Amino acid sequence: MKGCTTLFALCCAVVILFTAQARGADKELMGAGATFPFPLYQKMFDTYFQTTGIKVNYQAIGSGGGIQQLVNKTVDFGGTDAFMTDEEIAAAGAPIVHIPTCLGAVVLTYNLPGNPSLKLTPDTLVDIFLGKITQWNDKRLVAINPGVVLPDMQIVTVHRSDGSGTTAIFSDYLAKVSEEWKTSVGAGKSLKWPCGLGAKGNPGVAGLVKQVPGSIGYVELIYALGNNMPYADIRNKAGVFVKPTIESVSRAAAVPMPDDTRVSITDTDARDGYPISGFTWIVAFKDQKYGDRSKAQAESLVKLLGWMINEGQKIAQTMNYAPLPDAAVAKAKKIIASITYGGQPVVQ
Amino acid sequence: MHISSDRIFKTILALAGISIPALLIAFIVTLLIDSVPAFLRIGSAFFTETTWDPVAQQFGVRAFVVGTILTSCIALVLSIPFSLSIALFLGEYYRTGVWSTLLKSAIELLAGIPSVIYGMWALFVLVPMVRSVQLQLGVPPYGIGIMTASLVLTVMIIPYSASISSDVIAMVPADLKEAALSLGATRYEMLRSVVLPYALSGISAGTLLSLGRALGETMAVTMVIGNANRMPDSIFSPANTMASIIANEFAEATDPVHLASLIKVGLLLMIITMLINAAGTYVIRKKTLNQ
Repeated sequence: MKGCTTLFALCCAVVILFTAQARGADKELMGAGATFPFPLYQKMFDTYFQTTGIKVNYQAIGSGGGIQQLVNKTVDFGGTDAFMTDEEIAAAGAPIVHIPTCLGAVVLTYNLPGNPSLKLTPDTLVDIFLGKITQWNDKRLVAINPGVVLPDMQIVTVHRSDGSGTTAIFSDYLAKVSEEWKTSVGAGKSLKWPCGLGAKGNPGVAGLVKQVPGSIGYVELIYALGNNMPYADIRNKAGVFVKPTIESVSRAAAVPMPDDTRVSITDTDARDGYPISGFTWIVAFKDQKYGDRSKAQAESLVKLLGWMINEGQKIAQTMNYAPLPDAAVAKAKKIIASITYGGQPVVQ
Repeated sequence: MHISSDRIFKTILALAGISIPALLIAFIVTLLIDSVPAFLRIGSAFFTETTWDPVAQQFGVRAFVVGTILTSCIALVLSIPFSLSIALFLGEYYRTGVWSTLLKSAIELLAGIPSVIYGMWALFVLVPMVRSVQLQLGVPPYGIGIMTASLVLTVMIIPYSASISSDVIAMVPADLKEAALSLGATRYEMLRSVVLPYALSGISAGTLLSLGRALGETMAVTMVIGNANRMPDSIFSPANTMASIIANEFAEATDPVHLASLIKVGLLLMIITMLINAAGTYVIRKKTLNQ
């Protein structure tokens, strides 16, 4: 009996000790959010730890979760694929800054006999996902794909069933190019899809497309690159069919940017830009003096952010993420410099 | 010293005991409070509408309730012949012996397999099978949908109803069975007219409890149901269940009404599952008291 009590007391002591150890002041930063940049962040933070000794913990719980954790002040920064709206920032109770870290793109992957390389125009893409074009040998698809033998097969669309930034970028694009999509479906992380099947995550969509003959679905570019999947060229605003590559995605960002970097670059004006691209951001409170945060913690966060948009960009390229164009880096630097601690700039 | 350590022990036991019902009440209260925005915004349309459109902020749960009940009931109907056969085999024919041990441990193993494994198996084995059937029938060959989800649920719930039913069948008093046999009944007649009627309420309870399990199953169902937020129009069409819509959309639901609606779906699912479990427990208890 006595042993039992001692054991119990010991357990309590261990638990308390661990909780106290969990947040080691300024030597550790906590982040949570988007899953899309997670592999990149993992690699970035690992490199950062090796060079500076500062540990960064990032939980890939999704953009929405990341924003919530930040607003609840349980993390130092959040990661998101869709920038926070004015209402969301107002609801957070204090100004929030967005720092772009890299670019992503959504590609259309398909399963056809022989997997020929396909071209799609915005209007055919919209009509496929609205369920209006139902056969692969539809006249309009044949017209834009000369020389490709399109089979007499039913088109099965596959979308993400889980709320995701990928869906947000894709539907944002469709809503921009089609008034009908905008009014009947709209844009968001979860949608009321007019037709097709849903699958969870990029692997789910990719798996279903591989399994169902005649299917077409959308996944992240890096996922398609890493898994050797076929993907379609999309005609952009300038009328050019663009193959999604790291370069064409970076080029999509060559458009005028607002100072807070909250911009959607889908349906880009850039001539050689891939039209279904988007930034991914890190979000943090503009004034770092909240709760029991120390100045050292604020400095540690600002240093990390500065490193991510500088040295970190080299890592992006090696991992198939599209790095930020110079104009975006310049804007991001200004934003990082505007972060304060109790009204005073964190970096001079 | 003895008295004090005894008292500490008792206190620890009492705390541990109280914490479970307290947790249950806390669950319900949390779900209720967090679903208030959905109650205010949507009201009773939540239960009658079939449209689930996060962009337009329309949240109707009916399509998911239909999806949940369809998959669970089909699974239940399909599982009964199997679980009843297993129960009779274990409870009546081979109570001990190599075969019985083998079957019993196989069932226990089946019950212990993580549901994501079932989902993977369904995706790679069941889906192509269902697709070839769909090609024969001339319906769109998606492979995934309500039927596939029901099939994987069938396999998942068999262990539950089979083990409860076999226990109940083994409990049938020997003198009743001997009486039937001494009157000239064959073994089949004895089973049909004595054992099954006697064990019926216990078997139904086991079946009800397995239904509760099927209603709440999330992972395996999400992987093969097709996740379409529409009213299903056939047993092959893609659909969504209450559990799968939560699993799909909860992580990225930033809009307060969307989040509250998902929590409300959770509350509804919890209430339905609790009612079914309570019904099962009630039937079992009534049976035991009658003996």
